[in-house]
Amino acid sequence: MTKIQTAQKSITAGLIKFLCSLIIIVLMLVPQTIKASSNTEETIDAPGRTLARQAVKREKRWITTDHSKHEALKKDFMSGDEITEACLSCHSEASTQFHKTIHWTWLASGEPQTDSEKTDSEKKDKTDRNYGKAGYSVNNFCISANNMQDKACLKCHTGWNGKTGKVNCLKCHGSEQFNYTEAFTDIKAFAEESKDDPSVLEIMKEIQGEVKAAVEKITLPQRDNCGQCHFKGGGGDGVKHGDLDTSLMKPNKRLDVHMGIDGKNFTCTRCHTTTNHNIAGRIYTNPAVESSKSLLEDDLAPKITCVSCHSETPHKTASKMNDHTDRVACQSCHIPDFARVNPTKMSWNWSKAGDLKDGKPYDIIGDLGKETYKSIKGEMTWEKNVKPVYFWSNGTQTSTTAVDIIDPSTVVKVSQPVGSVNDRDSRIYPFKLHKGKQPYDKVNKTLLTPLLSGPKGYWTTFNWDESLTIGSEMLGLPFSGEFDFVESTYVFPITHMVAPKDMALNCTECHTRETGRLESLAEFYMPGRDRFKLIDSLGWLVVLGSLAGVSLHGLGRFFTRNGKK
Amino acid sequence: MTHTKIIKIYLYTRFERFWHWLQAIMILFLLITGFEIHGTYTLLGYKTAVFTHNFVGLSWLVLFAFFVFWVFTTGEWRQYIPTTKKLFDVIIYYSFGIFQGKPHPVEKTPGAKHNPLQRLTYLALSALLLPVQMLTGILYYTWNTWNTWSGMGIPLAPVAMIHTFVAFMLLSFLLVHVYMTTTGHSLFSHIAGMITGWEEIYETTPIQEWELPEKRRV
Repeated sequence: MTKIQTAQKSITAGLIKFLCSLIIIVLMLVPQTIKASSNTEETIDAPGRTLARQAVKREKRWITTDHSKHEALKKDFMSGDEITEACLSCHSEASTQFHKTIHWTWLASGEPQTDSEKTDSEKKDKTDRNYGKAGYSVNNFCISANNMQDKACLKCHTGWNGKTGKVNCLKCHGSEQFNYTEAFTDIKAFAEESKDDPSVLEIMKEIQGEVKAAVEKITLPQRDNCGQCHFKGGGGDGVKHGDLDTSLMKPNKRLDVHMGIDGKNFTCTRCHTTTNHNIAGRIYTNPAVESSKSLLEDDLAPKITCVSCHSETPHKTASKMNDHTDRVACQSCHIPDFARVNPTKMSWNWSKAGDLKDGKPYDIIGDLGKETYKSIKGEMTWEKNVKPVYFWSNGTQTSTTAVDIIDPSTVVKVSQPVGSVNDRDSRIYPFKLHKGKQPYDKVNKTLLTPLLSGPKGYWTTFNWDESLTIGSEMLGLPFSGEFDFVESTYVFPITHMVAPKDMALNCTECHTRETGRLESLAEFYMPGRDRFKLIDSLGWLVVLGSLAGVSLHGLGRFFTRNGKK
Repeated sequence: MTHTKIIKIYLYTRFERFWHWLQAIMILFLLITGFEIHGTYTLLGYKTAVFTHNFVGLSWLVLFAFFVFWVFTTGEWRQYIPTTKKLFDVIIYYSFGIFQGKPHPVEKTPGAKHNPLQRLTYLALSALLLPVQMLTGILYYTWNTWNTWSGMGIPLAPVAMIHTFVAFMLLSFLLVHVYMTTTGHSLFSHIAGMITGWEEIYETTPIQEWELPEKRRV
């Protein structure tokens, strides 16, 4: 046998082996690739989902009382305060507890919401500023509640008559949306004016019967209760938040994966858990929680964060997405856009307010069926399916109150997330950014607080001077008399309307060269978005140089035929 | 010279060939997915590119561990000892001699399968570029973990920068390397050699004394 034959044999054997190895390698890689690229055929749940399912597995909460059988509630009520007295005859501590909460005080500084590690001076700073609707806080919507003296705002206060009356328990615990104010005004009128007229008394009894029937329907707070104020903040459906509007009364899973009535059907309080009537959630400068903990770490932690139920590593073990959770909030990817059903207000220009047609105020309705102009409010824009803007946030916000000095040459950040890439507690959060143009004091350099409703309010008088003067007086603040309008921004963290996982953002929504969602957050290196121009240029130069070099060399060999004659 | 008989010698062992080709596929795949992750183009989709890049990258570590084991236990590491002797002859051959039909100054032999230029290139590749790429790859992959754990706030940027730069170097190597395989006795003889293990050499080529490791020298 010659060497050549041996060699040929070896060549065949070698080729077969080589091909076999190739096939094995390719086969090894294929299933992994398919697994990585298909979302729909997953059968095993991600750990975060399994955990969350377990956390909410318990059976429906049971109730040991039927309020319609309570004697205390079977009386003819003459006022709201009487109803509250009936409630307190059993729930003796409820009012005392409630008086300490922000739902009552409308002040963020009164009681520390959490056991924070903040220094005394930081706490004092918050107290001095007097944050809250009843304090110096302003926004770029209806601007201020004027120390709770703008009556229109009080619709959403949880008392029968501001802070002077008793707590209106039914705001949150009544399952029937009944107009008690109107009913009691009528009852009072009938009672005073025509005591002896039996037909009037009969009507009165009838109204009292309706009141009684409504009062008996006591419930734990439902979406309808929270939503009456929180879905309609800013004076209408979806005006303020963008991720909270009446579409969440009966959402489907596509709109909110937790609240969907075709899914888990969570009420608000499923996550906004409550201690002594203090409801978990972000309040002005206070974050919803000081630190995110899962129920595995602390089973009594509030369930307000995603981490509470889903853990810090909710995605599948090998998934790179788990590496995002320390710097990117879950909301950033899982709420692709907000206001997905109802439009939300995106800008409000007060400087255009006051235009009248034939001496009368008028409205213009825009494409989305919402007002784009109102004489009493000015010019506004609405949007649906809004992409959030993204900021570093540690969960707290700074705000410019009515006593803070502003720089009118800039856009005033009425509220602004606190955080930075260098702060390890900060993560990238989605926000709704509401743009405004609102009155400010040209001399004192402060934002102004016009009185809007009522006979002396701007909505009646269309007189800025008067409404600004009265509004400032109500807060005990100076007004120089000289005002103009300044551009402003206000941010709302987007955290509701969490979409099902198939709607979560694709990697390339952010990991892309130029038009990504995180384009403006430039202080860090993100693969796919960032590159070092020098390295890239140098790299391609070397690669193309090599290519050119070998091409020329090859051509040289071709034309010289390797020097062979 | 043209009359010299060409014979085949068994130069590359089974493991060596397996390692070479698997590594070739992996590097190619890592380059393709890597540049997609870098944002140069869209091909597999970002998520798939990231997942497979990480998977293949980690697999490569295993393969490389076997290579290191093999290269030291078989003594093959001696093939990578750099030398300047005849280095310039080889450079001159590829620059001029190859166009004039001159013979290669250093033919392959079982004791010395790399010419001086190859020795330098492969040493730089195996001992510098690949380890740096693997190290930065691991640091890239585990950045969140070690960065949180160390609490030092080291940015990802320098890691990414080196990883990208070496990727360019490897791509450049790949281009030249593939081209150089065509410079054998025929266009595909070197590739065939790496597939079968049998490399064509001239029968008369004697092994040079200086090419042998000290132990094997007569």
